[in-house]
Amino acid sequence: MLKHVFATLISGSLVLGAAGAQAQEAITGAGATFPYPVYSQWADAYQDESGIGLNYQAIGSGGGIQQITAKTVTFGASDAPMTKEELDKNGLLQWPMVMGGVVAAFHVDGIDGSLNLDGPTLAAIYMGEITNWDDEAIAKLNPDVDLPDTAITPVYRAEGSGTNFLFTHYLSQVSDEFKNNVGEGKSVAWPAGVGAKANAGVASQIANTNGAIGYVEYAYAAQNDLHLMHLKNQAGNVVEPNMDSFMAAAANADWQDAPGMYLVLTNQPGDDSWPITGASFILMHKQAENADASAQALKFFDWAYNNGGDAAQSLDYVPMPDNVAEMVRQSWSEIKGPNGDAVWNP
Amino acid sequence: MATTNAVQTDSGLGRLSESTRKRLARKAQIDTWFERVLFAFAFAVLLLLGAIIASLIVSSWPAIQRYGVSFFTENRWAANVEVFGALPAVYGTLLTSLIAIVIAVPVSFGIAIFLTERCPGFLRQPLSTMIELLAGIPSIIYGMWGMEVLAPLLRTWFPSVFPAGTGLATAGIILAVMIIPFITAVSRDVINTVPAVMRESAYGLGCTTWEVARRVILPSVKGGLVGGVVLGLGRALGETMAVTFVIGNNLFLNPTLTGQGTSIAALIANQFSESDGTQRSALLALGLILFIITFAVLAFARYLLRNSTGRHA
Repeated sequence: MLKHVFATLISGSLVLGAAGAQAQEAITGAGATFPYPVYSQWADAYQDESGIGLNYQAIGSGGGIQQITAKTVTFGASDAPMTKEELDKNGLLQWPMVMGGVVAAFHVDGIDGSLNLDGPTLAAIYMGEITNWDDEAIAKLNPDVDLPDTAITPVYRAEGSGTNFLFTHYLSQVSDEFKNNVGEGKSVAWPAGVGAKANAGVASQIANTNGAIGYVEYAYAAQNDLHLMHLKNQAGNVVEPNMDSFMAAAANADWQDAPGMYLVLTNQPGDDSWPITGASFILMHKQAENADASAQALKFFDWAYNNGGDAAQSLDYVPMPDNVAEMVRQSWSEIKGPNGDAVWNP
Repeated sequence: MATTNAVQTDSGLGRLSESTRKRLARKAQIDTWFERVLFAFAFAVLLLLGAIIASLIVSSWPAIQRYGVSFFTENRWAANVEVFGALPAVYGTLLTSLIAIVIAVPVSFGIAIFLTERCPGFLRQPLSTMIELLAGIPSIIYGMWGMEVLAPLLRTWFPSVFPAGTGLATAGIILAVMIIPFITAVSRDVINTVPAVMRESAYGLGCTTWEVARRVILPSVKGGLVGGVVLGLGRALGETMAVTFVIGNNLFLNPTLTGQGTSIAALIANQFSESDGTQRSALLALGLILFIITFAVLAFARYLLRNSTGRHA
């Protein structure tokens, strides 16, 4: 009797499973952790609407590039864009999906509001050249603040990450010394300071250490109530990090003239632009092995461009402007199935 | 045992009944297979070890070939510019383990001697159990405790020495706490093997507890104690999670005691998942170095054990 019930159950679930798999194969993707919250929110909403799920593994940007190069997933995601040459070598197409800001947070007992910094000073702090909060360079930028004689502890991300890439990319642009001695990358050797794990680790190290300064994705800073630095942007204005200044930086981005859509939005021009803004990218093969899977993925991205803006903003991400989304849709015609036809037919 | 008895009483296989002979034959067969299985298990370990070493060497070869000696002399590990120096990580690994041993050995021996010599009977069991519980705490818990409790404490108490709370010395302290239960448990068991008559005669001659510990117990179980220390050292060298949390993860060589640094295990844990190409190969080369360090430590301990005449566990 029991055996019979089991057999029925098993065969039943097998049939159901097979039917389910046939009707709606989940879209597979892997990569960057930075946009993971917004991707998973989109995926939930999209599944409710279309019945098609998204299986996204947030294994990091490097892993995403590896997985898409090895063709184990339909799309890869990376916070650091690939250059045109790298894309062409691997037959990949790249486009920006969502943007966000990296902010500098600090914790100095006795200072309750915010502080102003400029790029070169920030770079000097992370180079270990400015070691005290009452340093002249910081005092000059904050004439109204009584800075205490506290040692600065720079905090950085210990593991390879897209956040590291954006931050070092910014510092390399504003300081030649930083560029020559440390350089940009997902994982660099910091001359000074403490490495903490992940955004959460950096946030907690800042909160615990008097004199600490660190950088996190904006969403984390907002959730953890950290004191944020205002930064002087390329136009020479001191701006506050928030949705408006991220949008201002994004609005000035010239995607049209960026070969392979390689564009890092740090140190953008514009009066109100936040200097450390970045996009997270999607990577797909131009020559799709499975035309259906690629078409499903593109449908999802199209849906996200059309309907995902509010969800992104509520999670402190910046949606791509409509004109950029349209440009990306046009680039999708380069993705072709095994029979040579474009898989994306709007 | 049963077989020999049967043969002796019946004086020869010839007189055995058919069924008994079959049974004996089957037993012999089972025994042969048992031996083969045992051999296969033992051999599998050897094979596995060999395979791990081989794959480490093969996959780290590109990095070793490309960097050669500079892999051991370069003072930083900068993946973005493809400069890979093992020195900061090797230094951090050795220093944190050394700090841990320096703190843990006297404390562990003290606890072990207290437990075996001076501890009131009603306390002995609960204390032993608690120490064994300490040994069972997962390392990630130590890591969180180190980051949330120990580091802030050090920062508050000694702000000039530990401005960030984290660093090589903090990692060494955490490691000491982690290996104390191991060394204590082994030392206690080893000290318990000293015959009661030996220590009683020493006390009978008027020795103090210190004298008994110093002149009778410790010398007679030297080898076993070294074994316990090596067990702890082995754990300290390879410990990853707890160290990653508190070591500071700075990839520049910083030859101080309390500065921020990194260890081989922490560096691999931080970078491996996002690495590819040369970086991955260099990380595997680091793994090989850790393997060699651990192996050397174990070999050294074996050597000490062989040369000591004392009893050991």
